[in-house]
Amino acid sequence: MTDSGWLQAYLLVGALLFVCGALCMATKRNAIGILMGVELVLNGATVNFVAFASFNPAFQIEGQIFALFVIVLAAAEAAVALAIVLNFYNNHTTVDVDTAEELKG
Amino acid sequence: MDSPYSLLFWPLAALIAVSAIAMVVTQNIVRAATWLLFTLAGVAGIFFLLGADFVGATQLLVYVGGTLVLVVFGVMLTAQGPFISMKIGAGEWAIAATVGIGFFSVLAYALINFNLEIPSTPTQATAPAPSLTDPQQAAAKPPRSLAPSIVLGTALLGFESATPVEPLTGVQNVPASLVSPGVPNATPSGLPRPPRLRTRMAYLLPFEIVSVHLLVVLIGAAYLARSKRRRGVTP
Repeated sequence: MTDSGWLQAYLLVGALLFVCGALCMATKRNAIGILMGVELVLNGATVNFVAFASFNPAFQIEGQIFALFVIVLAAAEAAVALAIVLNFYNNHTTVDVDTAEELKG
Repeated sequence: MDSPYSLLFWPLAALIAVSAIAMVVTQNIVRAATWLLFTLAGVAGIFFLLGADFVGATQLLVYVGGTLVLVVFGVMLTAQGPFISMKIGAGEWAIAATVGIGFFSVLAYALINFNLEIPSTPTQATAPAPSLTDPQQAAAKPPRSLAPSIVLGTALLGFESATPVEPLTGVQNVPASLVSPGVPNATPSGLPRPPRLRTRMAYLLPFEIVSVHLLVVLIGAAYLARSKRRRGVTP
């Protein structure tokens, strides 16, 4: 395989992760399942960053640094979102997102 | 297809694909967490394969060791009652599958038909991914001969040695105020050097922003998830 063929293979893996994460966010009714979908989407983006960086030597540092930032921010996002989910569970005794309708207009 | 590289890549890709799809399909949240574990570990392997050792190690430490444990704790703290059903109907599954397959088809079509032009360098022509341990490549590319973690660390701390020496491709018409001073505008051969956008600060400011962001998130999460006293109970 050529270089661009390998790059396409990596990007396909990233695209698959992205699609699975988006589907996970859309189909799960458990709030924690939605969180896992977000993690998958972010991982797909990270794979794209690192793959592009690895195949373009001018951007080798940039891609890896942005991948690191994405990982760190994903961890922060998971912490805050889990705190919100725990609060929601304390108030509603469920994590079904379909029951969160107080803000419905 | 005939190298140990593909022997490593395709099993990893298959592991990622199978566990990601299984995570979407499964209804049990604990099983979804387990499939997520395999997906994240496979992505870490992909990072190692791409030559990004430090990012792969960080993925293992932060994601598999931290975030996933956090998610599992969330699952345990929000235990499901036996009569709470969170399944979705067959019609919704059909819609989701259609949308997902269509979405992935669009992405794959765009990827395969888009002409990805990789700048051809002598080190890239033979190896699919740059290996930083190969002495020949290290000799050919002096700034990349360091370990990737050292390069990343110097970039995050803002040292000038972290700025790449290769000219940027695809950047044109950069205003003169953005080009870092001290860089000669012409190569010794007389050709005009493409303008570069790197500054001396490298990634020190984003690093600091992320640090403060993590502190704020720590305080905010602890505040949100604190245990409240029930009403009527005297403190």
